[in-house]
Amino acid sequence: MNVKEEMGRKEHYRRSVWPTAFHARTSELNILNEWHRWKDYTTADAYFDEQLEYAAIRNACAVFDLCPMTKHLITGPDALAFLNRLVTRDVAKIKPGKVGYTIWCDDNGQVIDDGTIFHLRGGVYRLCSQERQLDWLTRSAFGFDVTIVEDTHDVAALALQGPTSCAVLKAIGCAGAENLKPFDIGYFPFDGAELMVSRTGFTGDLGYELWIDPAHALALWDALFDKGKVHGIRPMGTHALEVARIEAGFIQAQVDFHPADQAIMTDRSRSPFELDLAWLVDFSKPCFNGRRALLAEKKNGSRYRFVRLDVEGNKPARSAYIYDEDKNVVGTVTSAEWSPSAKKNIAFASLHMPWGRPGDELWAEIYYQRELKWYKVMARCRVAEQPFWDPPRKRATPAQDF
Amino acid sequence: MTDRDRIVIVGAGHNGLACAAYLARAGREVVVLEAAPQVGGAAVTREFAKGFRVSGCSHLSYLLDPGIARELKLASHGLKWARTGLKTVALAQAGDHLVLRGGKVESGTVPEADRKALAEYHARMLRFARVVARQHNRKPPRLGGGGRSEMLGAALLGFDIRRLGREDMREFLRIAGINIYDVLEEQFDSPALKGALALDAVLGTNLGPRSNNSVLSLLHRLSGEAAGNDGLSIPEGGMGAISEALAAAARAAGATIRTSSPVRRITLEGDRVSGVELEGGEKVAAQTVVSNADPARTLLGLLGARHLETGFVHRIRHFRTKGMAAKLHLALEALPSFARLSAELVGERLVIAPDMTYLEHAFDAAKYGQCSPEPALEVTIPSLHDKSLAPAGKHVLSAVVLYAPFDPRASGDEARSELLDRALAALDRHAPGLRRQVTASELLLPADLEREFRISGGHWHHGELALDQFMMLRPVPGAAQYAMPVGGLFLCGAGCHPGGGVMGSAGRNAANAVLAMERAA
Repeated sequence: MNVKEEMGRKEHYRRSVWPTAFHARTSELNILNEWHRWKDYTTADAYFDEQLEYAAIRNACAVFDLCPMTKHLITGPDALAFLNRLVTRDVAKIKPGKVGYTIWCDDNGQVIDDGTIFHLRGGVYRLCSQERQLDWLTRSAFGFDVTIVEDTHDVAALALQGPTSCAVLKAIGCAGAENLKPFDIGYFPFDGAELMVSRTGFTGDLGYELWIDPAHALALWDALFDKGKVHGIRPMGTHALEVARIEAGFIQAQVDFHPADQAIMTDRSRSPFELDLAWLVDFSKPCFNGRRALLAEKKNGSRYRFVRLDVEGNKPARSAYIYDEDKNVVGTVTSAEWSPSAKKNIAFASLHMPWGRPGDELWAEIYYQRELKWYKVMARCRVAEQPFWDPPRKRATPAQDF
Repeated sequence: MTDRDRIVIVGAGHNGLACAAYLARAGREVVVLEAAPQVGGAAVTREFAKGFRVSGCSHLSYLLDPGIARELKLASHGLKWARTGLKTVALAQAGDHLVLRGGKVESGTVPEADRKALAEYHARMLRFARVVARQHNRKPPRLGGGGRSEMLGAALLGFDIRRLGREDMREFLRIAGINIYDVLEEQFDSPALKGALALDAVLGTNLGPRSNNSVLSLLHRLSGEAAGNDGLSIPEGGMGAISEALAAAARAAGATIRTSSPVRRITLEGDRVSGVELEGGEKVAAQTVVSNADPARTLLGLLGARHLETGFVHRIRHFRTKGMAAKLHLALEALPSFARLSAELVGERLVIAPDMTYLEHAFDAAKYGQCSPEPALEVTIPSLHDKSLAPAGKHVLSAVVLYAPFDPRASGDEARSELLDRALAALDRHAPGLRRQVTASELLLPADLEREFRISGGHWHHGELALDQFMMLRPVPGAAQYAMPVGGLFLCGAGCHPGGGVMGSAGRNAANAVLAMERAA
């Protein structure tokens, strides 16, 4: 019995973690046999070598199995009105055929999750989220003529990221893919089906996300790896992606912020301002979840500041406390990696106000182990005002082949 | 004065009218828009059969705030009482009726210990009800945050409880959240006495005697008497007379009251109200809109969920509003004769609640979607006190019938005729031949009350009075101070603190909230 049938027969409880539509291929390629559970799907941590997988993202192209990402189709006459009340940005500005990054808040202006809104054809929207959101979306739909379907399992999705990604797309038959601008959506015939391609991703590089009916998933994978061979295509796991997303400056729910609907302590959640996402809040909309609280926060000030840090030395400052010059704890690191591309030791941190101003003297307390012995360093941190990885090829249209 | 300074009040229920009167007295331009052809909402006197008039929903006054009656000079605006201080007569099948007045058993067989316990019980419950009554005219404190006035409000509540004294405070805190069944079981033996006392704790609620919060409901009911009014009373001309007097007070202060003017929606400009639009399409501009309609109707109906935030809408949707009390009106060709009940007692409040188990069984059925097989009743024959209600020699009977589910499993028509039949059978057992004296009848189920009085759920308090929907949690946390999240929109009905019953306090408190908001702006 396949997965779909099992779900249909309500036999899903017999199995708590599911294979994705690409499992037949990913399981062959995962010679390390390293997996984890991502929203109840079997997902590769790494396939053969996480550093080489990362190198493929920045120097050739890499394929990431995106099936587990929670996806919703939002339809109905009030789809736009519903989304505009749900999220903080103005969805009317996301034209048909475009994608927009967004966040959504609870009534207190605290971030529940972030994700992307795809404005598809015929007034249909797709909302992709980090966390399961059906409950909040359904609750938010009261009073709107809108239908929300979580169709995570009905769409096979891959991220194809890196400088040669456009060349590979063209090689599998997506003629004209190079003309897609960042955040554009295009449709291409493939294997007798329709392949949706969006110029989006989580790596901060030239890259695409591919969306197709799961029946054609393996054909898509095979075509990519067949035609992509000369372009250096590799599979990548979540470890490689993690380095790339931190370089690109992208935050992640459960890591860089605690979703407000899961927070028990009131000071554990964060507002958009406290995640450096003020640009996503559009107060010209008369009503959206969190608006009143965010207006008050804008007036009265925020509690926290989210910063990108350039840390001295080469030891990743994972989970480090951040101190001011007087050795007071002023915050913590949420994500940290050594950036091979920027050649920098980088981190994200959530700091109490007012710390984190450019020029503030900050120190990270870093612990690391060598042969079971612990060492500690106090590393000076500089607040970085730009992402650590932002190459022109990310934006260049038409996209180059490399 | 421009259109922008106008205050529109949606609904001329007694709270809307009280609010209008206070705002007009403060010099504001007030327009009250009422959907029905007459004022009063659920405090209304209406003809249900040719020549027979009756209080259409609420039929006894026991919560009217004496301060409001005085300040608005309701007596000089025409409010007269046909009867005050009604006794309670608990009808017994064997004819051994209990006659209760305050803490005294005036007649009926009750053990001596129970008589003594009743005096103590009544005095204690009134002391507790006084704590509730003291909160009536205060804005409930905001929880978690707010300035000095919020802290003071919370401190005052604590102080009111503390000054009951050690023993009373302990007892108050012990019983305020529990059920009347346990409390009465501790103190009394007589099943008939317990039945009659328990009825007062569950009338108009979605509670049986064993349901928690029934003590709170009783304290709310007693809080009018604790605040100094004259107990169970019937106005001359029925409950509508209270509304008429409030309307006269509002008009005298300069308010405009338009009946037959149903509001279709509350209009917005940005995130502030800009007025209302009537069913006919007419727009009335206003800086402030105060709604006497229930919270769900106001916020989800007239305003619309899309103009509010998800969490708030969710809380409003789950404000418990399902009523369980039906209202019975009978036109009688003659005064019914109750077995072994002296003539002068027929005009008192008659109750059929022979014991607490009877009440609990009646509740059990309704809990599962059926009308009570053996309903409990609170009966008045107001035409004995007010001849204007029925043709000469004839009478009207008005009764609250417990329990009727809001959404019965059977169709509404079936449930209605079933409960009518059972209520008549119960009355006929105590007043043989009453059934044959009925020339016209009307039974309003909660769903009928919802339709007729435009109250979501047909609950006469606009929503269950329970600790989780009380004071600073009423109707929902974050909206308990009359001002709603949308700028310029206020609630003033029974869905707000201090709740239902014909009191006027919610209306007055809302008027104060409007004026305070103006001062702060």
